[in-house]
Amino acid sequence: MLTKRIIPCLDIKNGRTVKGVRFENIRDAGDPVELAAWYAEQGADELVFLDITATNEERKTFAALVRDIARHIDIPFTVGGGIGAVADVEVLLQNGADKVSVNSSAIRNPQLVEELANRFGSQCVTVAIDTKYTEATGWKVYARAGTVETEHATVDWARRVTDLGAGEILLTSMNNDGTKAGFALDITGEVARAVTVPVIASGGAGNMQHFADVLQQANADAALAASLFHFRELEVPVLKSFLKEQGIDVRV
Amino acid sequence: MNLVIVDYKAGNVQSVLFALERLGVQATISCDFETIKAADKVIFPGVGEASSAMAQLKARNLDKLLPTLEQPFFGVCLGMQLLCEHSEENDTETLGIIPEKVLRFQTDLKVPHMGWNQLHHLQTPLFEGLQEQEYVYFVHSYYVPVGPHTIAQASYPEPFSAALQYKNFYAAQFHPEKSGPAGAQILKNFLAL
Repeated sequence: MLTKRIIPCLDIKNGRTVKGVRFENIRDAGDPVELAAWYAEQGADELVFLDITATNEERKTFAALVRDIARHIDIPFTVGGGIGAVADVEVLLQNGADKVSVNSSAIRNPQLVEELANRFGSQCVTVAIDTKYTEATGWKVYARAGTVETEHATVDWARRVTDLGAGEILLTSMNNDGTKAGFALDITGEVARAVTVPVIASGGAGNMQHFADVLQQANADAALAASLFHFRELEVPVLKSFLKEQGIDVRV
Repeated sequence: MNLVIVDYKAGNVQSVLFALERLGVQATISCDFETIKAADKVIFPGVGEASSAMAQLKARNLDKLLPTLEQPFFGVCLGMQLLCEHSEENDTETLGIIPEKVLRFQTDLKVPHMGWNQLHHLQTPLFEGLQEQEYVYFVHSYYVPVGPHTIAQASYPEPFSAALQYKNFYAAQFHPEKSGPAGAQILKNFLAL
């Protein structure tokens, strides 16, 4: 039986792990390689590393970090942040990343998704979608780290990038992110039903029941969290035992 | 031991190299005909799309070389699929080493089949020391049905070939280099063949 995946996410700036609460208020949560190896040992199913640095010089540091991560951990990992072109992806994959995630660059240029899928295969192309609900607009896709509203309705956009070759969707609800009040079950469920590829739910994890809810009720294939894990408010083995007791297939 | 990882620009070569490093084993990365031919053991990784991978192999004449190899050989993921006769992925004639065909998943479940799934019906020394129901990491949209050359199965939802063996050619649909300690054991077992 294919198991549901639990994915710690590490935001990286200048080679260090950080976590933004509602995309602001950054705190330092340690050395990424050490943290990654610890998560792998704890039974995390995959890891996601998001490069939130801005300059090209810092991006080179990130590629070196990717290589260091690949050298030390024996589970799959996805890297994202600032990927704008096929050449960027090539560097990251060559350094040992298993998947890349694209977000704003796919919004700017949807053909990028198709180019990446054709060149490297859908299995390594994750499209990250930041979504926000307002009564006036419904669930809309946001670009540039959640700062710019786009014209795209979330479910339509998820369908479109999947048609272009995305192999996975990483869906973050900005309404829920940082609240610890639970994942956005409604939009996650809608997207999971709308696309044929796996969906990772992100944003809002505060306790173990939240994970059970999004994996069962919203039928997410994976659930992602950051600060909850980094500050050891919740440990992966404890979470997985809980999920198993709830009848959810997880790797333990 | 002279261990060669075949590099044909379609492989997760670095990940395999790092996994071997973690086992304390050095390997050579090469796309050179003679280097591969002279190897004691060959690992043939692969991710991506079948027809472009075959084009890469042909450009290096490796489509002629690989079927003639007699040393222990290990195809991984797309590397396994390319060893078969034909893939439904862009209707591609593949290397024809293992008499099996590669089909597209036809299921209501999510495709790609992505994540950790369990192995069962384990056969051959490749799985020495592993328990039935061991978890390994898969990511693929095409599969080989269970057949006479199947040496491990997984289910999605129907059973399919998680690993194959034909003569000196071993192959895994999953990624041993990304499958934690279980995957490391499988690589170690291959090195001991």
